[in-house]
Amino acid sequence: MVEEIFQKFRDWIDNRHEYAKEWKEKTNRKIIGYFCTYVPEEILYAADILPVRILGSHEPPTVTEPYIFAMFCHLCRDSLAQGLKGKFDYLDGIVEGQSCLHLRQTFNAWRLHIPVDYAYYIYVPHSVQTPHATPYLTQELAKFKHSLEEWIGRKVTDSDLDRGIRTMNRNRELMRKIYEYRKLDNPKITGLEAMEMVLSSQMVDKEEHSKLVEQLLRELPNRKLNRNPGTRLMIIGSEDDDRIFMQNVENLGATFVIDEHCTGSRYLWNNVSPSEDRLGAIAERYVDRVPCPSKDWPEFTRVKHAVNLAQEFKAQGALVIQNKFCDPHGIEIPPLKEALKSIGVPIYPLEFDVTVPWGQFRTRVEAFLETLTGLEDLF
Amino acid sequence: MKKFPTEQLKCWNEAKNLRKSYYENYLNAHEKGGVRWAGGAWSFSSIPAGLGEDVYSLTGEPYGATIAFFKDFTAKCHEATEAAGFPRTLCAYMRNYWGSILLDKYILADGKVIDEHPAPDFIWQDHICCSHGKWYQVARWLEEKKGKKVPMYCVDVSVGYPMDKPLEEYKINYIFQQLNDGVEWLEKVTGREYDDKLLCEAVWNEINATRLWADICTLNQAVPAPLDEKSMYSLYVMGTLMKHRPECVAFYEKLKAEVEDRVRRGIAAVANERFRVITDTQPPWGFLRIFREMEKYGVVSLGSLYTYGLIGMWKYRPDGTWATKDLPPRKPQTREEALRMIVEWTVDRPEWAHFYLPEAKTKMILSIVKQWKVDAVLLHYNRGCEGLSVHIAENRHGLVEAGVPVFPFEGNMGDEREFDLPGTLARLTTFFESMGLKKLRE
Ligand code: SF4
Ligand code: SF4
Repeated sequence: MVEEIFQKFRDWIDNRHEYAKEWKEKTNRKIIGYFCTYVPEEILYAADILPVRILGSHEPPTVTEPYIFAMFCHLCRDSLAQGLKGKFDYLDGIVEGQSCLHLRQTFNAWRLHIPVDYAYYIYVPHSVQTPHATPYLTQELAKFKHSLEEWIGRKVTDSDLDRGIRTMNRNRELMRKIYEYRKLDNPKITGLEAMEMVLSSQMVDKEEHSKLVEQLLRELPNRKLNRNPGTRLMIIGSEDDDRIFMQNVENLGATFVIDEHCTGSRYLWNNVSPSEDRLGAIAERYVDRVPCPSKDWPEFTRVKHAVNLAQEFKAQGALVIQNKFCDPHGIEIPPLKEALKSIGVPIYPLEFDVTVPWGQFRTRVEAFLETLTGLEDLF
Repeated sequence: MKKFPTEQLKCWNEAKNLRKSYYENYLNAHEKGGVRWAGGAWSFSSIPAGLGEDVYSLTGEPYGATIAFFKDFTAKCHEATEAAGFPRTLCAYMRNYWGSILLDKYILADGKVIDEHPAPDFIWQDHICCSHGKWYQVARWLEEKKGKKVPMYCVDVSVGYPMDKPLEEYKINYIFQQLNDGVEWLEKVTGREYDDKLLCEAVWNEINATRLWADICTLNQAVPAPLDEKSMYSLYVMGTLMKHRPECVAFYEKLKAEVEDRVRRGIAAVANERFRVITDTQPPWGFLRIFREMEKYGVVSLGSLYTYGLIGMWKYRPDGTWATKDLPPRKPQTREEALRMIVEWTVDRPEWAHFYLPEAKTKMILSIVKQWKVDAVLLHYNRGCEGLSVHIAENRHGLVEAGVPVFPFEGNMGDEREFDLPGTLARLTTFFESMGLKKLRE
């Protein structure tokens, strides 16, 4: 049964567009595409809208050349490519929560060239370390809610917001519980499976997804993975949905026991603490969440968080996925390296583009794994 | 063919000296008991001015550009940052700046390299580009590794730019509150008492300097153009170094008078002017000779959205034309008034607008094209600066749709490895020829 659940997560990812179209047909409700996890999905759920994350497909996105200069990261180009090819033609609108310039560009190109009924940009503060960020974001969210209400033609009430908050909190909480099983000496799920669970949650109705995760939680204690976990690895970086890479590395005698990705733990690590002021509570969650490096200054709080994760999940080494041209993440590689090294976790950075040259990477990852297991000392 | 009279700018040497002493003053600040701070050229530089008359800054972008101008030193800076593990695709100015810290060397305006990079006493930055806060966060981290703890304050200004209405009060407030806290922070980290009078002076200076620069750029609407882009780089830079200083205001007043006089007398920047272009962002600093090559075709570059809009402050008139932004009704009298005034003044910065909306940048360029009588636009697909090349492909669409000839070229403002000079010149020549221009006899 556990295998079937994981298969379902995979199916949802592989057939995400079919799922969305059927959902729409079935519910007669609107779907919004979002680019960055700084979009408060709570408010969209409150408005009975399905939020789905726009991601790439890992095919060379030649169609974006006229719209985005090629020195912007592959996620932003590849995502736009999907839109231009009509893959997301079921979207009623798009929303972006301010993160990096790259995704802003995708949002704007989409707004200008791919017809949607609704396009909204939330100016999520960049300085999440200032005490003024939460009150400011609360106002931004009020403005966003108002704009949504005008679009859908009805008020989003407090009880709607409570429902939205509950839906999101429950899903994040459940997935976090699953993550606990990655701490075991013999983790009960692989890194690939964890990635597929989180990725699929960004693509389907959270209520449906949560039911399945709940079921997984019931059954997981009895699961025994028929594989040697090998080296315990951490994977760190920005957006990462490269499942083939995960699988290939885990086939080399390693298990990703934890990740620090916005398609992984960063997405689900903290919840909204409900309070009377619903929008304030939501704002607080997005200000206090594990930050994207683009918002993380002057202190390196994400680096500290990565160190904690590595310790908690007993990682022996970390692969750092640098999306080529991504400045915020690239900038943090040396401080991250230093911090992880100080707790005895070496890192190995790999530069990712739309497609990954696995042939070259394989040799390098193998060599890295050997340094972690001490094998190289034998020769 | 008609030749316009030309003349060397009279205040050229003054510009040179101001720039020279700027870098020296920062270096020697401690000898005079002064304070030094580092931060971006766009930061609210008038706020630290309240700490006293002996406060000296080092602004990062012009320093990165100065490094880029001296290719040997740039190459060393890049080697050092790459050896430290930073990807080579990052902002080129930022890498130049870090390289200087890593090498523990400081370069002066004339290219003289000094041992020991002078660490700032504090960092005062603002953030609109993804790299702004991160740049100084890492600079601080690098200083700390050398044993120097540098406190950092960074103001988030990424609140958006509505094209058709003023920015909402809560957004202005968000920035204002950060600045207000910043004043207390400055007092705390320097142990100095803050002088609101000096703040008011500095804010007023900044407003005047940035208005004057817009006036100077407006004078370039004249035919022949009194200034060309290459010379403008040596002039606009004052605004990137010390826009809040009285020297900057005085210099721009003098410059404005001189340029007015040039317009009156028909003095040209380029004697053979017969085709007018503008560019959009920073040039590849190591290759400014492309402008001289352009002159061989009688082409003058009148400046760029970057030179006009980074320092100049503008507004749209009701008829849609672009003009110098109006002076606020009176000089600020209190801290609150000064801080609010500088926020309201700065949120209209044209170079911020296009971070958000491609339409905003296209609209500004089109205004310049029309009012400055521009024949073609050169768009720098700048690999060194994601901030100013964001949306550039959209701007190209917008300009082409409006019937403006566009020459896109790829390069890097601070990393010469990413600029193909012969290739760019060959393509540029073809472009000019397609515009009906022929090389003039040298
Ligand atoms: S944070 Fe980096 S990887 Fe993520 S969208 Fe921005 S530039 Fe791309
Ligand atoms: S990328 Fe450009 S805008 Fe951003 S910090 Fe660097 S020079 Fe400035």
